[in-house]
Amino acid sequence: MTAVLQATDLKKHYAVTQGFLKPKASVKALDGVSFTLHAAKTLAVVGESGCGKSTLAKLLTLIETPTEGGLHFDGEFKDVHQPAVVKSLRRQIQIIFQNPYGSLNPRKKIGSILEEPLIINTDLSAAERKEKALEMLQKVGLRPEHYSRYPHMFSGGQRQRIAIARGLMLNPKVLIADEPVSALDVSVQAQVLNLLMDLQEELKLAYIFISHDLSIVEHIADEVLVMYLGKVVEYADKETLFTAPKHPYTRALLSSTPRIHPEQRIERIQLKGEMPSPIDPPTGCAFHTRCQFVNDRCKQETPELITTDGAQIACHAVQEARLPYL
Amino acid sequence: MTTLSKPMAPPSPLREFWSYFSANRGALIGLYYIIFLILLIIFADVISPYHPYEQYRQSFLMPPVWEAGGSWAHILGTDDVGRDMLSRLIHGARYSMLAGAMVVTLSLIIGIVLGVLAGFYRGTFEVVIMRIADVMLAVPSLLLAIAVVAVLGPSLLNAAMAIVVVSMPHYIRLARASTISEMSKDYVISSRVAGASSFRLMFVAVLPNCMAPLIVQATLGFSNAILDMAALGFVGLGAQPPIPEWGSMLADARQFVQSAWWVVTFPGVMILTTVLAFNLMGDGLRDALDPKLKQ
Repeated sequence: MTAVLQATDLKKHYAVTQGFLKPKASVKALDGVSFTLHAAKTLAVVGESGCGKSTLAKLLTLIETPTEGGLHFDGEFKDVHQPAVVKSLRRQIQIIFQNPYGSLNPRKKIGSILEEPLIINTDLSAAERKEKALEMLQKVGLRPEHYSRYPHMFSGGQRQRIAIARGLMLNPKVLIADEPVSALDVSVQAQVLNLLMDLQEELKLAYIFISHDLSIVEHIADEVLVMYLGKVVEYADKETLFTAPKHPYTRALLSSTPRIHPEQRIERIQLKGEMPSPIDPPTGCAFHTRCQFVNDRCKQETPELITTDGAQIACHAVQEARLPYL
Repeated sequence: MTTLSKPMAPPSPLREFWSYFSANRGALIGLYYIIFLILLIIFADVISPYHPYEQYRQSFLMPPVWEAGGSWAHILGTDDVGRDMLSRLIHGARYSMLAGAMVVTLSLIIGIVLGVLAGFYRGTFEVVIMRIADVMLAVPSLLLAIAVVAVLGPSLLNAAMAIVVVSMPHYIRLARASTISEMSKDYVISSRVAGASSFRLMFVAVLPNCMAPLIVQATLGFSNAILDMAALGFVGLGAQPPIPEWGSMLADARQFVQSAWWVVTFPGVMILTTVLAFNLMGDGLRDALDPKLKQ
């Protein structure tokens, strides 16, 4: 199994002004995230809003450059601070957005939306571009006559198909899906997810699937990365994570997902309070303010990601084996 | 017929626009009047009974045909040096519309470029441009225009340049505001991910989506330009005699307000109706192009 995309210790810090004459504060939107993505596999990234999921998407699509850390693509180190490298990587990493109503230019026909990546990145003639666009429309389950229509003539599900088609126009190896179905009806969600899975099989695409809906993640993912306040708290393959969640935060997330079968249900854990502000993160483990298994060590010492039983977990309580459910 | 065979397909943007625009009676009247003026301009040499500069020494200040002493030879009468009013008014439409078109085109282009650049790059560049625009807006527009003409020297072209300078800040502000709101949309990011250059992002992706408020401002700006032009002509800084520009016609004839009302009234009525027509059409355009007012 080949690693397509490998991220090592990605960090993104933003400087924010707090007010006149006050020193600038640094928001650690992403604070040391590492993962390995394999061809034709899906890595799901889950977490509450504000945990850095979308920042991760921005870094991986090279819209923003990381403060620290690096990317390996196809086993090669890529210096994302060089424009030429960025240009070559853009053809390989594409993105689909959450809101299909905002992600298509309302003044352009579907044809020119699909052909734009080709115009920018290739020397194909107009006829060749049109042929490719029509081919791609068919691949995502749309009809050739949709080529000359405007985005407002389509439903949400169809628009998301168009967005997927645009993402695939350059034959990328990695597709980043930033909550691709959360704006859609449940019945349409299933269609779009099935389309994504079919395309993955056909084109050997690797997905980074950002979501907060764990039932969808369970359906589509191979590996899961749970994030909290810019840090990875648990990174495991899907079976391990869903059958034996270890980190208290993962358990809390999973317990909030409705289950049909009673034997799959775990005790409902209600997290108290809000996620702390990333401007002023808590010392020690970032989750300690809301964790029911907190002790003094959690408050002072930041836990490292350590492999335990096939999962990488950042939690002192797991290491010390003082969790009642393990 | 394609819409009949596919009843579910929404109408094309142009057709939809027209259905909203034509629902507004005033806007339609404005549009028809403007079309009438444009035809007048194109065929001015054919329609007008006389040359606008030609003097008929036997008939100074002849009243219009329905007044006592009027004649069918000069339907709207003659001015103080015996020139035919109707011919002068028809040819005057050329200068007013030309000035309006020139002012709107130039200030729209410069305003869009500066505004989109400011909205796209933000930072110091934006601050510099916007503060200059604010300073220009703070000075009364006609006063600034007079100052500019005083520097450049009075002529039709220089007056138009002065009005361009005065009306530009409005377009800069509008273009910048819509650029900023469009820049945050996902389609811009996806264009960027596809590798689009800054130029392409600004003028191919973002600008077409910012055009609606700019088109409305341009139509309203057209009437402002005509009005400012007339005002500059009235104080003698615009078109120079014998050019039959409506504003300078008003100014030349103002001592006859009591004795020969038609020399003053007709140019004034032309300015009024033209400005009114553009404003009505601008209102209609705004209603038709504003998505918030659509059902």
